[in-house]
Amino acid sequence: MKLKTSATLTAIALALGTISIWIGQLSYSWLPPQASAESQLVDNLFSFLVTLGTFILLGVTGTVMYSVLFHRAGRYDLSDGPPIEGNVTLEVVWTTIPFLLVLWIALYSYQTYTEMSIRGPMEMAHMHKLEAIAPAYAEPINKATESMTNIEVEAKQWAWIFRYPEKNITSTELHLPVDCRAHLILRSPDVIHGFYIPAFRVKQDIIPQQNIDFEFTPIRTGKYRLRDSQYSGTYFAAMQADVVVESMTDYKQWLAEATQNIPSLAPNQAANEYAEREQESAKAGWATVVPAAAPMVNYHP
Amino acid sequence: MTQITSEALSHEAHTSEIPLSWRRYFSFSTDHKVIGIQYIVTAFFFFLVAGIFAMIMRGELITPETDLIDRTVYNALFTMHGTIMLFGWMFPVLAGFANYLVPLMIGARDMAFPRLNAVAFWLVPVFGSLFILSFLVPGGPAQAGWWSYPPVSAQNPSGQWLNGEFIWLLAVVISGVSSIMGAVNIVTTIVRMRCPGMGWFKMPVFVWTVLAAQIIQLFGLPALTAGSVMLLCDLSFGTTFFDPAQGGDPVLFQHFFWFYSHPAVYVMILPVFGIFSEVFPVYARKPLFGYKVVAISSLIITGLSAVVWVHHMFASGTPGWMRMLFMFSTMLISVPTGIKVFAWVGTIWGGKLRLDTAMLFALGGLINFVFAGITGIMLSSVPIDIHVNNTYFVVGHFHYVIYGAIVFGLYAGIYHWFPKMTGKMYYEGLGKLHFWLTFLGTALNFLPMHPLGLMGMPRRVASYDPEFAFWNVLASIGAFVLGMSTLPFLVNVFAAWIAGKQAPDNPWRAIGLEWLVSSPPDVENFEEIPIIVSEPYGYGKSEPLTENMGG
Repeated sequence: MKLKTSATLTAIALALGTISIWIGQLSYSWLPPQASAESQLVDNLFSFLVTLGTFILLGVTGTVMYSVLFHRAGRYDLSDGPPIEGNVTLEVVWTTIPFLLVLWIALYSYQTYTEMSIRGPMEMAHMHKLEAIAPAYAEPINKATESMTNIEVEAKQWAWIFRYPEKNITSTELHLPVDCRAHLILRSPDVIHGFYIPAFRVKQDIIPQQNIDFEFTPIRTGKYRLRDSQYSGTYFAAMQADVVVESMTDYKQWLAEATQNIPSLAPNQAANEYAEREQESAKAGWATVVPAAAPMVNYHP
Repeated sequence: MTQITSEALSHEAHTSEIPLSWRRYFSFSTDHKVIGIQYIVTAFFFFLVAGIFAMIMRGELITPETDLIDRTVYNALFTMHGTIMLFGWMFPVLAGFANYLVPLMIGARDMAFPRLNAVAFWLVPVFGSLFILSFLVPGGPAQAGWWSYPPVSAQNPSGQWLNGEFIWLLAVVISGVSSIMGAVNIVTTIVRMRCPGMGWFKMPVFVWTVLAAQIIQLFGLPALTAGSVMLLCDLSFGTTFFDPAQGGDPVLFQHFFWFYSHPAVYVMILPVFGIFSEVFPVYARKPLFGYKVVAISSLIITGLSAVVWVHHMFASGTPGWMRMLFMFSTMLISVPTGIKVFAWVGTIWGGKLRLDTAMLFALGGLINFVFAGITGIMLSSVPIDIHVNNTYFVVGHFHYVIYGAIVFGLYAGIYHWFPKMTGKMYYEGLGKLHFWLTFLGTALNFLPMHPLGLMGMPRRVASYDPEFAFWNVLASIGAFVLGMSTLPFLVNVFAAWIAGKQAPDNPWRAIGLEWLVSSPPDVENFEEIPIIVSEPYGYGKSEPLTENMGG
């Protein structure tokens, strides 16, 4: 009997394990393309948690469903179940195992975090005091071959403007060379915005009146979306921009071409919508912060 | 001795009651049972109002462009949806359950401070009306989200002194004062007014969880209230606590806010854990598995809840060591919570299950909660949180907690204690219809939010890229199903309350002091104060609960 029980339990665990691993592998497809080195690390961690989570969810739901199907009281059965008040061994086991799992998840997350080497603002503040000294952080991602100049990112209600100081040009589209550690300085003159590129799995709030250093490594050419991730007022949803990741040659060519352009008015959804709304005789909404004028930039799509 | 004095006081307060008339629900009653029902019914009204806001929002989100309402209106709606759901529905409805059940469950005749209790309740319609009336001021209601982060919340585009944000902050402060009054009252009642023999480990788990939750209110709410007052000064009186342009720090407000508002989630879910712990033994005919551990784990959750708030700010500008520390403390919460989940599963296992509506809602709530817990662990992991923070993944997660687990638990509680509260039986068929519609609506509404968040759709957007359209259509349909699901519930409770079958004292053959008194209980609750001789949940055993009242 005992042997039969443990054999059944093992068989169930194996079946659940197989399904969980399958769902865990499937979970990669729920995420955007892996366009940065960071995204691969995050996705592996996510897949691991999906596998573990599926196992737990199926285990608990399965047990509950089994009880619901097979432990029902008969229509006229008014008797009670067995008066079992607990089981110390079982309770110790189901406290210890989750605790060990939590340690495992925390360590794995910590390891992923260190590999991503996302810089917090404390490191940033530290860096500003020692600006002349090159950052002492080991580059964990080997693909970062060439160091770039900082690109200045300005987020304001409601536009993204990117400035490339080496050529002194501005753009409303963020261009980045592939396989190269990108260094950005994030700024906001008004409210908190969030710098978020889903395909890169990176996000950082931009606190007004601060320069926030931010780094990541794009590894896949293509066009991606940059979105404001921290609610910034009326036209928050419209505050998006394109990110173009291209080969170093294309990137240099784009820079050179943009240098030739005289600054012109970039299209801006917030400014457009506001202008339209102001022209309507019967206004449908409430007062809003007036959007910044559409930016004048060397390059816009 | 205090016990006797306060009982004498509440006795005196009750003699002036209008006896058992519907009018007493509209009066300044000091009877904890009347106040409990006043809280629950008022809260349900706000639940419906904020639910309608959600349906308008889902109507806007059924297409990628903004075509139904102006962006300012959308922003006002999501702000007021979150605000009214939490301050108008969640906290009051839970205060209602605690008010109604705690004195009955611990064998007391009323709460420790009956008049304070009534004042705390009557502040609910005051701040609730303020939230709704803020739609009528020239600039419209607050539009900064229920977090009300500065600088956005301090921008005041209308330029009016009397603006929506001002009213919002005022109402939040009043709500905080009301909740603190309630917390003082409930904690005092549980500590001081238990009947003879009701030692700590003879208390039902619901009382344990209410105690654990209300302790959080006492240490957490002052932080939010202070933060709100400072923000009000920034908005209206020219201070610059949070204004970065003038030396203030906007991130400081986020700390004030989350220092309370994360533990607040435990204020909401702990009593629901209590409801689960009361409902499962009754409908499975078995004692609660590991009663003492379940009771103690509530207090462990209270302790841990105080040291996790920074996990809301992983992307805000938090140093690396803080990210790692708060990641670990957050993950630790899953241990005491897991203990509870396993204990409920252990309670059901091998029982004699009866799938009445209350049990269905408790089972559905349990499964939804396990799912929400798993996505919660994912969110606590910093690298994953950095990707999905402020996306629909978070919205999906917390709606699974708040709707999938908490609202399900509340419905379980309403059905379970409805005969006790009203003296009438509800209609089982309508109850089951309500359950299935709610379960389907919840899955359809909130599951699609998870893939949306993983794909990178930010929360709080009135418009979105067309790639997100498919899942949004599903979520919107789910929201309408969820809206409709409240209709059978409303029909059920109104019809049953007016014309339902008379309820016996103990229709579920449950063990507990509240089931030893009449349905509904007399104004004084107990003719004679009970003397407890057994632990709760003695199903399958034939020992009496009390020395003098049987059970």
